[in-house]
Amino acid sequence: MSIDSVFVHKMWNDYELSKMVSGGVPFPMLSDAGGKVGTVYGVYDEAGGVETRGRFIIDPDGVVQGYEVLTPPVGRNVNESLRQIQAFQLVRKSKGTEATPSGWRPGKMTLKPGPDLVGKVWEVWKTDMAFD
Amino acid sequence: MGEEFKVGCARPTGGPVGEPEKKDEGVKQKEVITKEVRSMIKVGTKAPDFTAPAYQKGKFLNIKLSEYLGKWVVLCFYPGDFTFV
Repeated sequence: MSIDSVFVHKMWNDYELSKMVSGGVPFPMLSDAGGKVGTVYGVYDEAGGVETRGRFIIDPDGVVQGYEVLTPPVGRNVNESLRQIQAFQLVRKSKGTEATPSGWRPGKMTLKPGPDLVGKVWEVWKTDMAFD
Repeated sequence: MGEEFKVGCARPTGGPVGEPEKKDEGVKQKEVITKEVRSMIKVGTKAPDFTAPAYQKGKFLNIKLSEYLGKWVVLCFYPGDFTFV
């Protein structure tokens, strides 16, 4: 979503992005003229008249589980977004009985918060697990 | 007697119970100031619903966020088309 019109979106997709991604952008490119939606989400920069790089993960209940906002010159990391979605999906599937520690990726161990784990995380989780 | 509760990742905490205390006259001015401050939305709360026109695969569509209930959604904002990054 950006402040550009759907017509500019079409031009950008058809003439540039489709040369990077075969078939073009598969998802809807949303238009937010005037930054009204961006304002509600806290990412519209009134001084510049543009949106900042905000990324929101919204779960099937419509609840915001996480977001990240960057200033314009630095791009996001898609892998990190996917990792977070996989983590939130695991937590949701476990109905909140499991939690994913720092650096978790699919296949790595999860934690099961409860009275027995209090003060004992150091026994099961090591700091090098936070890194790949 | 307290009730046992399930622990999750969040630190258990308490808060005021019941109606917030009635405030004095100074409140009116305070409210005006609060309105001017643009706050970030909070994680764990509902994503504000919206409609927006969109371009997708050769078509212009009207998209409503709430129509995606039941699915995971990634909503991305960016400064503008043709802005390099």
